[in-house]
Amino acid sequence: MENSSHHIVPYRVYLIILAILILMTGISVAVTQIDLGVITIAVALLLATVKSAFVLIYFMHLKFDNRMFSIMAVGVFLMIGVVIFVTFLDYLFR
Amino acid sequence: MEVHRDDEGSKIGMWLFLFTEMVLFSGLFIVYSVYRYLNREAFHQAAAHLDVALGTINTIILLASSATIAMSISAIQYQKKKQALALLTATVVLGLVFLVNKYFEWGEKIGHGIYPGSETLASYGHGDVLFFGLYYFMTGLHALHIVIGLVFIGFVIWYIAKDRITHDNFSVHENSGLYWHLVDLIWIFLFPLFYLIT
Amino acid sequence: MISEPKHASEPSYLEYKGKHKGILAWILSTDHKRIGLLYLYTIMSFFVVGATLGLLMKLELIAPGKTIMEAQMYNVTFTLHGIIMIFVIVIPGLPAVFGNFFLPIMIGAKDVAFPRLNLLSWWVYIAGIILVLIALFTGDGPPDTGWTFYAPYSFKTAGNMLPAVFGAFVLGFSSILTGLNFIVTIHRMRAPGMRWLKMPIFPWTLYGTAWIQLLATPIIGITLLMVAGERLFNIGFFDPALGGDPILYQHLFWIYSHPAVYIMILPAMGAISEIIPTFARKEIFGYKFVVGSTLAIAFVGYFVWGHHMFTSGMSGTALFAFSILTFLVAIPSAIKVFNWISTLYKGSIRMETPLYWALSFIFVFMIGGLSGLMQGAVAINVHVHDTHFIVAHFHFIVFGGTGFAFFGAMHYWFPKIWGRMYDAAWANTGWIIFFIGFLSLYGPMFYLGLQGMPRRYYDYDESFHGGNILSSLGAIIMIAGAMVIIVNLIRSARKGAPAVADPWGGRGLEWKIPSPPPLENFDEIPVIK
Ligand SMILES: [Cu+2]
Repeated sequence: MENSSHHIVPYRVYLIILAILILMTGISVAVTQIDLGVITIAVALLLATVKSAFVLIYFMHLKFDNRMFSIMAVGVFLMIGVVIFVTFLDYLFR
Repeated sequence: MEVHRDDEGSKIGMWLFLFTEMVLFSGLFIVYSVYRYLNREAFHQAAAHLDVALGTINTIILLASSATIAMSISAIQYQKKKQALALLTATVVLGLVFLVNKYFEWGEKIGHGIYPGSETLASYGHGDVLFFGLYYFMTGLHALHIVIGLVFIGFVIWYIAKDRITHDNFSVHENSGLYWHLVDLIWIFLFPLFYLIT
Repeated sequence: MISEPKHASEPSYLEYKGKHKGILAWILSTDHKRIGLLYLYTIMSFFVVGATLGLLMKLELIAPGKTIMEAQMYNVTFTLHGIIMIFVIVIPGLPAVFGNFFLPIMIGAKDVAFPRLNLLSWWVYIAGIILVLIALFTGDGPPDTGWTFYAPYSFKTAGNMLPAVFGAFVLGFSSILTGLNFIVTIHRMRAPGMRWLKMPIFPWTLYGTAWIQLLATPIIGITLLMVAGERLFNIGFFDPALGGDPILYQHLFWIYSHPAVYIMILPAMGAISEIIPTFARKEIFGYKFVVGSTLAIAFVGYFVWGHHMFTSGMSGTALFAFSILTFLVAIPSAIKVFNWISTLYKGSIRMETPLYWALSFIFVFMIGGLSGLMQGAVAINVHVHDTHFIVAHFHFIVFGGTGFAFFGAMHYWFPKIWGRMYDAAWANTGWIIFFIGFLSLYGPMFYLGLQGMPRRYYDYDESFHGGNILSSLGAIIMIAGAMVIIVNLIRSARKGAPAVADPWGGRGLEWKIPSPPPLENFDEIPVIK
């Protein structure tokens, strides 16, 4: 079987991604020191989502692997999202 | 039976396992978001008790360890065994530093009487009880995953040293990387939820 | 479909001698067929335990007041009946037994993707059972919460909850491992030429089931861990005294446990979808619809859990949403029923035991499913909530659905598994006794529930006496039928007439290889044209 068809990612790519991730961590810390209520929460979570996307795409190789992995991952996240949404149909309207 | 090797298959298996881990934690995220919604003010205040600097350092440590393990997989493909071992060792060291920081963080909180079931914590009110209950439960479960990941990486180091993982047979190594990134991924969400949204 | 030489000279998987002897050759075997049988024997042994507990409950309810046990004993009995039947028997049920045995064969593979992991799943399963048994015999009395472990009672009761909770957690882990294995097997090990839409229905339903096992089970895992945390550290997650919300526990529990119903029923539908075409001697009607409805059930089934909580105090919006979603999920189930009926239409029907089971499956599944739809409507649900109506509905689906399909599959694949035919006369006798017993056991419960008889009490009002007598007699008849069936199967497995490779004229790959199959199933991996 196709056991050796691997894409080798140069060190440089990982270091760049790491720099971006650390930068984004810094931004989210800085932003959340200013209290803007709901917006703070939204920004912090948005940045966390973007960061996790970088981890998934580069560190976890979704970019280089079979598309199927990405489809599955997105599907699982969507499912989790919908479950949270449906749960909140109870709490938001109680 | 003949030995049957299917790297793609074992990678699918690993991803499926990671999905179960994500769903496992998502159960806790549901609990967190519901209680945050119900105790907005208390969660707001309680989060201010956590040390943002320490949390930020730990975040950077985990991100760096993710980068080193990812690079070690490139190293093994480049057939640079020494570099791969060095990068993996760096990952383990970073993971241990994370745990040490966590230990001091927990120790400090427990020293102040903030732990589940304590009188002090109960006197703060319901929101704080739930916030710190979730804090201990979620970071504790996360730390447990770090420990498991470290053991896993330990095996990978052993296998590389013994040449059981090589440039054309490194599926186990790759899967250990996936697992470690998942641990990172969860922390990326835990960090803002507990430390930043104050 | 395929042309393949048969080599009857090769030893079958039953006779094969590996490096271990005796029982070790089984409990250390990584052969998917032997592992399937390990599950079968474990499940059957515990079925006897679970059924005995059920019978004891029916005997208690044969007359009002205390008959054979006290209230607390009754609480313990229905809890254990639930835990054993759900977590030990029905959830692994068809996937672990027939899935393990037939999935690789039906897709033309020599084994599952991870044979050693497969064996590990069984061992983890046994570990879970042992934990549950520990809960029984240690501490201050067995669990008495019902199988749902509802908070806050589950961390307040004196009953020995921790081992039971951890046991259910470990059993869930085993279920996850099986699901993971099946998904990778289906993705990677289908025989050349077996495109997704050429795969038989049973593997398709296992595929849908496996995804549910994978994506729903962790939720109950974490929930049970939280309950354990409550008991050990008094954290307060679900404790109103500490600000927790017990209804959140119910949400989490049912986020898993509603999809779990589909873990139980999907493979059962898959088995029925194999049996009916074989004995109607036709292709299944609307293959793509059966596949599509399988995936639709698996998907929509995630978002309907709230129908278990209509009286818990959820918001009106949630009641409305869950009610609609519940009605939606009935559509794909109904599609399947129409497909089965249409497959029978103008078929050249051959009445054999598996078909009797399949037809009675459709009958009881319709009653169970339609009574489930009734409960999707909030007004009716509030009326019948926690009455025997629920018990009846539930058993029509889980026992009448999954159980009947299990027995049907048992007879259908019996010749392949043991290489012998069962005694058809006894099998049919057992079926009719069982069927009559089943209907008179659970049928009256619908009536009793509508009259207002609550469930989970050892006592009841005098006015419910008549229905309960009928129900308890039904239980005795059904157990008698089950005994006839099981004794006949055990006897036939040892002494039955030798079976040919394809006794039913089946179409799947499993009928192209000898009965019982050789160790590696196929000499050469078949190529599907
Ligand atoms: Cu349900």
